[in-house]
Amino acid sequence: MVDASLRQVTKRFPGIVALDDVSLTFRGGEIHVLLGENGAGKSTLMGLLAGMLKPDAGVIAIDGEPVTIDSPRRSMDLGIGAVFQQLLLVPSLTVIENLMLGGPWWQPLKRAAALRRFGELATVLATRIDPDAPVTALSLGEQQQVEIMRALWREEKMLLLDEPTSMLTPQGVEDLGRMLRRLRDKGVALILITHKLLEAYEFGDRISVLRQGRLAGEIDPQRMQSLSESERTAEVLRLMFGAGAHADARTNDAAPAPLGAPAPAEASTPLEAPTPLGPPTPLEAPAPLGAPAPLEAPDLAALTGRKAHRARPVDRRQPPMLRASALATAGDVGEASLREVSFDLWPGEVLGIAGVDGNGQKHLAEVLAGQRAAARGRISLAGRDITRGRVPDRRRLGIRYVTDERLGEGTVATFSVAINLVLKEIGTLPYWRHGLTDWNLIQESAREKIRAHDIRTPSERTPVGKLSGGNIQKVLLARELGAEARVAILNKPTYGLDLQNQRLALERIDAAAKRGVALMVISTDLDELLEISDRIGVMYQGRLAGIVDNGLSTGADAERKVAALMTGAAAA
Amino acid sequence: MTQLRVAGRTRIADGPAAAVLRVLIPVVLALVVGGMVLWALGKNPLDYYGYVIERGLMRRSGLQETFTRMAPLLLIAAGLIVAFRAGIWNLGGDGQFLLAAVISAALAPVLIGVLPRAATLVLCMAAGALVGALWSLLPAMLKARYGVNEIVTTLMMSFLGVSLSNVLIKLAFFDPDTTVPQTRSLPVDERLPRLFGTTVHGGVLIAVVVLVLVHLLMTRTAFGLKLQVLGANRAAAIHAGERVGRLTVLAFVLSAGLIGLAGAVEVLGVWGTVRADWNPAYGLLVVPLVFLARLNGYAVIGFTLFFSALMVGGESAAHRVGVPQNYVLVLVSLLLIFLALVEYLDQSRRKRQAA
Repeated sequence: MVDASLRQVTKRFPGIVALDDVSLTFRGGEIHVLLGENGAGKSTLMGLLAGMLKPDAGVIAIDGEPVTIDSPRRSMDLGIGAVFQQLLLVPSLTVIENLMLGGPWWQPLKRAAALRRFGELATVLATRIDPDAPVTALSLGEQQQVEIMRALWREEKMLLLDEPTSMLTPQGVEDLGRMLRRLRDKGVALILITHKLLEAYEFGDRISVLRQGRLAGEIDPQRMQSLSESERTAEVLRLMFGAGAHADARTNDAAPAPLGAPAPAEASTPLEAPTPLGPPTPLEAPAPLGAPAPLEAPDLAALTGRKAHRARPVDRRQPPMLRASALATAGDVGEASLREVSFDLWPGEVLGIAGVDGNGQKHLAEVLAGQRAAARGRISLAGRDITRGRVPDRRRLGIRYVTDERLGEGTVATFSVAINLVLKEIGTLPYWRHGLTDWNLIQESAREKIRAHDIRTPSERTPVGKLSGGNIQKVLLARELGAEARVAILNKPTYGLDLQNQRLALERIDAAAKRGVALMVISTDLDELLEISDRIGVMYQGRLAGIVDNGLSTGADAERKVAALMTGAAAA
Repeated sequence: MTQLRVAGRTRIADGPAAAVLRVLIPVVLALVVGGMVLWALGKNPLDYYGYVIERGLMRRSGLQETFTRMAPLLLIAAGLIVAFRAGIWNLGGDGQFLLAAVISAALAPVLIGVLPRAATLVLCMAAGALVGALWSLLPAMLKARYGVNEIVTTLMMSFLGVSLSNVLIKLAFFDPDTTVPQTRSLPVDERLPRLFGTTVHGGVLIAVVVLVLVHLLMTRTAFGLKLQVLGANRAAAIHAGERVGRLTVLAFVLSAGLIGLAGAVEVLGVWGTVRADWNPAYGLLVVPLVFLARLNGYAVIGFTLFFSALMVGGESAAHRVGVPQNYVLVLVSLLLIFLALVEYLDQSRRKRQAA
């Protein structure tokens, strides 16, 4: 069975050490989960194995032999297959055509042989996909299965998966898990990169935790077996976040800490920022209504995705801040456009929008932000009709939009953090006077925001594309949730972030609600919505299928109702 | 293109010495390899280069001609900077240039009869800019409204513009007193004023000022930043609520207007007339210069000076040494190849260092 190892591998990028003296071994017949925050070095590690990056120091060895993986092709030759976060299939080609790509250019395509191989792999993976279906006709989960097939096309030896569940439905995640276990049982070495704790437990035979480029620790299969779930949680949290988390975890969890006393020196890890892991600040006290919420430390429950319902004093007798009536949009082919969407949004509340991705959430966000025209219907802000207002008009009135495409449209990757912080205010006072740029003021205010929002960047002049996902999101939140915000629409605000930054984002949202901002949070993560929303609306096929009250009293009931609406069952 | 721009940004940090080296090395390499080509042809490369320097830079008349040649190139560069920064490939420079030249050439002799010289010149330059801008309007609208690729449309419009210019000269604006079809000439005294008793016309000054203004427009104003956002990430411009269609059209119009101005300046400063089938084809020549200067207005001035000297000196040197006129293009191509090569090596060295 294959055995791939990294020996004291170091990889540096400008300004950071992405991997610092990391030694790891991946074995056949084992699902090895690499767990860590964004920027912990997971993707770098994947890049090294996939032949996209070269280590600055250290050795990669396959079956004991040191190898140089200097290109993706070499990586494939060594039997390493990689499935990246973004799908890399050619949408206009069929499944089998996609799989036949990548052969030497002089060879004719061998369809019969390819179909044979496809059949083999389909059996191994126990999937049923039509090899002649065009890729566009497949669901995201099926597309991912095709990607997995492609990664295993040459041989079933080693498979790397980068955040494979981020785009899957719960059912898709289950299918993926089954598939991975089948591959494991066939002796494939599986490396699963994730930042989701629950997935790590569910899938992993062995968990390695990376923290700031270093291997923080490993839980081997024997230990995984011997520990109870809460012990495992505590240990992983300790590995991921250092001593503070461990201490918190202990206060929360009845189970005794499995390890010795945490080293006090660990407290100096750069986590002092407003994180949920430090001592609870008043900001985190979740329930103003005096409900018996876990006041002292919501951390562990929150980190592991357990619900902590929140309820805010929302006065619904007042007129709503934002009112949408019978909104409809015109969509391109394949897009879910809006139909008859109506809702009210009050100041100080969070309206969660749940739903399977692609049911019109994007259109809803864009039409409210002014980025997309409403074909029918009306939007009013505090009683004032703004249906025709463009993005800058609505922004001036206090409507903010945090997009889920942070680099796609939210920022200009090659431009500095400072420019990106004022990207939506180009030409307006005080940064521009008579159209002339006041670079000093822009940079000065950027430095201030960088401090206030704990954006980790070498300088305000650094191109925003060089920051980690979490820090790019902080830039967006700093830009959109400023003091003048009255309504904020956030599309998947925690998507692709590590726990730490997810927490931070949710806290910012909560803080904004407490300031009286009316918030809409669109997410595909139901647990997250249940945690932060006062009400949850469900999008289904472009309609708002219903709005469920998520008050303290309705707890579990809300979850059941939302789930039912998501499947379209109660839509009629 | 985006990458080029990032490079330009980080580049400034590592000092002027490195920047000079990055230009100097390719120049020397091009001269050496170019010399080898001459040597293979049985000519003495040193003679050739000697003439180029003497004719292009050392001799008063040559230097004057070099400066004169810079005027249209600088204005075209200014126009291209606007377009490229906005992510628009305006490759229709020749058509825009020539049509503007013809219209201003046709207009000038008429206007000079009724208006004072200054007013005539200003009006003709404005007309040239306007004509250039108009000629880009169709590609601009197609791009803004339907996303039609402007590389195709501007090139097509360029062919049409060049042909239309000839048609206009031969059918509408020809001077009945000449045998070769050409527009009526503007008398030498009525052209753009000469500078300080040289043969260099005032258009060069206009060009430098315009180029600096364009540079400041792109780097110091909201409009310039909006164009750059559009060029770097169109989706982000839409997300930020910019009127992307309008910005696209404005960038086109400004770019083509400046190129049109180049045509007018060349006619009003140098020729006074446009002959049929005249087409200096500067439009595409300037494209690599602009990229080598990384869309930086100041750097463009240096590149243009060098390029003009090479063109001017190379023409007479070729005559003297006995190689084809177009030999200078061989040198220019070699220079471009080596510039690109050094650039590439430098980038990969930088990447390695950074890693």
